[in-house]
Amino acid sequence: MDEPMLGGMAQTVLDRAHPLLRPGNTNCGGCGMSSLFHMMDHAAEDRRLQFVMPASCAAVCGGVFPLSTFGVPALMTTFASGSAVASGAAAVAQLNGEDTRVVCLAGDGGTYDIGVSSLSAAAERNEDVLYICYDNEIYGNTGGQRSSATPAGAITTNLPEGKTQQKKDILSIMAAHRIPYAASISLAHAEDAVRKLRWALDLKGFRFLLVLSPCPTGWKSEPALGMELVRLAVRSGLFPVLEIFDGKRHVINVEPDFSDEALDMYLSLQRRFQKSGVCAADLRPDLDRNWQNLRVLSGRIVPARRGP
Amino acid sequence: MSAKLLSANHGAALAATLAGRANRAGRGFCSGVYPITPSTECMEFLCLQEIEKGRVVRTESEHSAMGVCIGAAAAGARTFTVTSSNGLAYMAENCMAAANLRLPVVLAVANRTLGPPWNLWTDHGDALMLRDFGLVQFFCADNQEVFDTILCAFRLAEDPDVMMPVMVCMDGFILSHSVTMTEIPDQAQIDRFLPLTAIPHQLGDTPHTLGQIEVPHQTEAHRQQHHAAMLGVPLVYAAIQDSFEAIFARRPADAVVAYRAEDADTLIVSMGTIGATAERAVDMLRAQGHRVGALRVRLFRPLPVAAIRKWFAGKQRIAVIDRNISLGFGGILWGEVQALADPGTVVQNYLAGLGGGDVRPEHITGMLADLLPRQIAGQPAMVEAV
Repeated sequence: MDEPMLGGMAQTVLDRAHPLLRPGNTNCGGCGMSSLFHMMDHAAEDRRLQFVMPASCAAVCGGVFPLSTFGVPALMTTFASGSAVASGAAAVAQLNGEDTRVVCLAGDGGTYDIGVSSLSAAAERNEDVLYICYDNEIYGNTGGQRSSATPAGAITTNLPEGKTQQKKDILSIMAAHRIPYAASISLAHAEDAVRKLRWALDLKGFRFLLVLSPCPTGWKSEPALGMELVRLAVRSGLFPVLEIFDGKRHVINVEPDFSDEALDMYLSLQRRFQKSGVCAADLRPDLDRNWQNLRVLSGRIVPARRGP
Repeated sequence: MSAKLLSANHGAALAATLAGRANRAGRGFCSGVYPITPSTECMEFLCLQEIEKGRVVRTESEHSAMGVCIGAAAAGARTFTVTSSNGLAYMAENCMAAANLRLPVVLAVANRTLGPPWNLWTDHGDALMLRDFGLVQFFCADNQEVFDTILCAFRLAEDPDVMMPVMVCMDGFILSHSVTMTEIPDQAQIDRFLPLTAIPHQLGDTPHTLGQIEVPHQTEAHRQQHHAAMLGVPLVYAAIQDSFEAIFARRPADAVVAYRAEDADTLIVSMGTIGATAERAVDMLRAQGHRVGALRVRLFRPLPVAAIRKWFAGKQRIAVIDRNISLGFGGILWGEVQALADPGTVVQNYLAGLGGGDVRPEHITGMLADLLPRQIAGQPAMVEAV
C-alpha cells in the first residue's frame, strides 16, 4: 500500500458495533480528538484495542470514575510515561500471543515535550505500539500554554506577545528513528486518514501518527470551522500530509496548492494569530524551504509554485 | 534447595527470576530496568537470565522502567524493577502511580545517598523519601534476608487483600556488593510458594479505565481502602511467613526483629545493616553487665506499631539510630517511633552513617555511653562514623 487509495472508505458492516468514544464525553465542541476517535471507529473495525493515555485532554475525556468514556480498556499514565507504559502493556500482550493493538494516544505536550524521552526510547526499541499524537499545538488541558508544537506567531496564555520560534518537526524526529511507519494525518482528508490508521493498526513495531487537531478553545476559532482550518493548513502547505516508511521512503499523500490565500485564511480565522499579525508572507520562506526538502526526500520533481 | 555464593544484588535478581518463571503458566513476567550504582548488578544479572514467558525491557530512564512495570502489571503480568538513590527519586512519580493504581510491582532498592554532591554509599534517605506513597517498605540486614524478602514481596504485593507495590531495601554496597552464602530454593518449591499473578483490575476486554479522574469523596474512599490494606499487611505477612516455612523449611525474618530484648531495660532501635551491627554491640554491652537489647524495624511501611509498642513497653531508655536525616527535624525512624514508648522513657535519636559512613559496634557502644546516664532526651545527635 504505497500510494494513497481513493474512494471506498465509507462505513461498512465491519465497523465497530460500539464506538471508541461514547456519547456524553466532556470534549469541547469542535475538538479534533473527537473526530480522530470517529475515524478510528472506521479504521479499527473489530480489532482488539487497548488505550494508554498520558495526562492530556484525552485523560480528562475518559470521564469520572467509575464511568468510562472509551469503548475499550484504557490506562491513564503519568505525563512523561505514555510510551513506556504502552511498551509494558504491549510486551505482555506479545508474551501471551494476544492480537491486541496497544494504542498510545497523547497530546503534543506529552509527545513533543515531557514525553519525548520515553517516546524516543520506545521507538528506538521498536516496541509493538501504535503512538498517535493529536497535536493541538498547545497545552490545552491546562488552559493553553506554549509547547514546542506551538507555531510561530501564535499567542498562548504564557506568551502573550506570540511565539517567535518555529514549531518542532516531530515527524522528522520520529522518522530519524527508522521506525516502520511514521505519518501525518489530516482530519479533513478522511479517506487518507482512515487508510493510514488501518495500515498503522495492522503493522508490527513502533508506528507514529501525527494528527493536526483543531482546538477551538486554544486556537480561538469557531468550533464548526475545525475541519476547514485543517483543510487550509494542508492546502497552503503549512501541514504536510505524508507517510514515511522505515525512515527512508517518503510519500506525499496530499498535494497542496501553496496558495497564500489559503494560508492567510488559515491565520485570520484564528484569533491566536491576530496579535502578532503574522501573515502568509512571513511564513512562506520557511514553508518553501521545508517543502524543497520534502520534495528531495520524496524523490519528486519540484513543481512550479502556484498562486500569486 | 541449594546454596550459592551471591551478592544481594544477584540474590535479588535471582529471586525475581525464579518468581518470574513461576508465573509462566499465568500472564508472564515483565521488568523495566535501568542501571544506577549500586543496584546495576541486579539489573545486569536479570538481563542475562532466560525467563520463559518473560521479558526485560532496557529502558532509557528509571521513570520509564517503572512505567514499563505499570503497563505490564496493568496487563496482568508479574513485574519487578530495581534502582537506587537519584534513580528512585526520578522514578518516584511512577512509584506513586503504581501505588495509587494498586499494581503489585516489586521494587528492589539498593539504598544510596541522594546527590549531588555525588556519593555512592548507603543512606536510607532515598527510600524514606517515598514513605507516604503507599508502597510497603522492607529494610533488610543480610543477603539471605534480601532474597527471602523479595520472594515474600511478590506473594505480598499480589495478595488480593494487599495489591500494592512492595519495596525491598538493601544497604548499598554493604549488602548489594557483599558476597555471602545464600540458600536458593528449587523452582518447584517457588512454584508452590507463589500462586499465579491475578490482578483483579487488569485490562482485559471490558471497557474500563484505570487511573481516570476522580472527585474528592472518591479519592477519600480510595485512600481509605489503600490505608486499610496497608494496615492489614502485618497479618498477611505473618501468614506468608508460615507458608514460606512450610515449603522452604526455614522462616523469613519477622516484621520487627528483637535481639536479647525481653529482659533489657535499654533498647537500640535501627533499620538495615546497622541492626546487625547493633546485635554485636548488644553482646559487648551485655558482657559489661548492661541490660541492653536491640530491635530492628524491618517493615517500615506499614509501621508495625503494635509490635514496636510491645517491645518498647517497660524500657527505661531507647536509642534510635537513623541512617537518614529529615533536615529540620531529625531521624525519620525516631520521628515515627518516639511516640510509641511509655511516658517517661528516654528516647534519644542518634544520626549515624549518613552518606555511607561505616557504623561499627564501637560507635553504638559510644551512643550507649551517652544514653545510659541520661535522665531526659536531647536533640538528635550526629555520630561521626567514618
